[in-house]
Amino acid sequence: MDGNSAIAEAAIRAGLRCYFGYPITPQNELTEYMALHLGRRKGCTFLQAESEVAAINMVYGASLVGARAMTSSSSPGISLKQEGISYLAACELPAVIVNMQRGGPGLGSISAAQSDYFQATRGGGHGDYRTIVLGPCSVQELADMTMRAFDLADKYKIPVMILGDGVLGQMKEPVDFKREAPDVTPTREGALMGARGRASRVVKTFTSNPSELEEINWSLFRRYQLIKKNETTWDTFMTDDARLVVVTYGIAARIAKGAIKNLRAEGLKVGLYRPVTLWPFPDEPLRELSKNVKQFLVFEMNMGQMIEDVQLALAGQGEVSFYGRPGGVIPTPDEVGRVMSRLYYQKGLRS
Amino acid sequence: MLIKMVIAGFGGQGVLSMGLNIAQAAMLEGKNVTYLPAYGAEVRGGTANCTVAISDDEIASPVASSPEFVIAMNQPSAVKFQHHIQSGGLFFLNSSLIEAEIVRGDIEIVRVPANKIADEMGGPRAANMVMLGAFTKKSGVVGLDNVLQALKYTLSSKKKLIDINEKALIRGYELD
Repeated sequence: MDGNSAIAEAAIRAGLRCYFGYPITPQNELTEYMALHLGRRKGCTFLQAESEVAAINMVYGASLVGARAMTSSSSPGISLKQEGISYLAACELPAVIVNMQRGGPGLGSISAAQSDYFQATRGGGHGDYRTIVLGPCSVQELADMTMRAFDLADKYKIPVMILGDGVLGQMKEPVDFKREAPDVTPTREGALMGARGRASRVVKTFTSNPSELEEINWSLFRRYQLIKKNETTWDTFMTDDARLVVVTYGIAARIAKGAIKNLRAEGLKVGLYRPVTLWPFPDEPLRELSKNVKQFLVFEMNMGQMIEDVQLALAGQGEVSFYGRPGGVIPTPDEVGRVMSRLYYQKGLRS
Repeated sequence: MLIKMVIAGFGGQGVLSMGLNIAQAAMLEGKNVTYLPAYGAEVRGGTANCTVAISDDEIASPVASSPEFVIAMNQPSAVKFQHHIQSGGLFFLNSSLIEAEIVRGDIEIVRVPANKIADEMGGPRAANMVMLGAFTKKSGVVGLDNVLQALKYTLSSKKKLIDINEKALIRGYELD
């Protein structure tokens, strides 16, 4: 199954009730799958909105009344959704947003890229907020993380972004879905369902009282701290004896892993550190790793974005190099392998 | 054992469905597989290609640097991909449409007049299946039974096409 369809199927099995989207390559299979499969389910809604802005605001409305809701797009479309994401964050509403990244800036290219890392991990829209950002690297992970995304969104009342890319969306791999679709889609507690028999609730994003807004920001911040403590995840590969560790995420991590396997066969002690949650960024385990490893290579399909988080995490412990290909060019394992082995020899790690 | 292959041609020649059939067949054999299409603006007459990786172990990268097998269904693909093949690899050429000189001396070349054979069979659009049959035989990467089984799956929405495609596949397999 292709990655886009796997996300759609996983979302349906996670109890998705409302999907709103607007077409853009390379994520159209997701919208197509929803059109075919979600709309037929009892009580569920598929709607192709008139624009990306409309789609995210429909998610906003659906989430407000307690439905599991999602939208998906690719880079230029995600930029259009940022106002809505900021409002979702302000109102503490759960939602799942999928970004299958393509080359940028502007309308860019339709090929896979990772150039929206900054936008995704810094909130994206205006205001002092964050979204949880998951960085899957296989079709299986796309399915698993979609289910996790809905659970996290509800648990912390926060928008969750799945940050994929064009390759992950288009590639096909075998996939197991770990849940069956529920007969009745869940409704979140605290949703606006009519105030009969209880005091009315107010969900709003505006207050003319700065102190009140300050308290809202503090409350968001405390929740972000909790998320950082509980939900930070990462993955490592052959780091135990590594002298050079490649820090990379998503599809780039798959390419790097291919290169590492080749270099290991030649006796080079190279390992992989892969952030799985991109926000919260897993900085502690990276710092821990730097007690034994002094050389790090950040590899991204952009001009260097996650490298800033790596540098912040390492705080001067260890030397950080960078290799990237922007614009939607997909590097090969050999290409990345050559960079790793050059660095390995240049930094005198051979002996 | 990790095996990678690139299948390339004009959009509409069925290069993506060849790749999908190989991936599906390998999955039936219990292998790990990845299938990566070069996608997007490709239309009938444009260029299209896909990369398939098959392995007993977990597949790290779905992207191939130097595939063991390349199938070229048209001239531009033959020119472009001949330099990518790993030394000692197998290069399948659709000799009905390809006149390009192959400069590499370190690879084995298999010429299959796929369009000619498909035309003779009365199913010109099944040229890809003739090639797939020849590939299945020569490469030994997947078994014929499983490719036939995969075909039933990939053509499940176009059942009346299964017959001609099966025939073309077997015809290709039986070539010398």
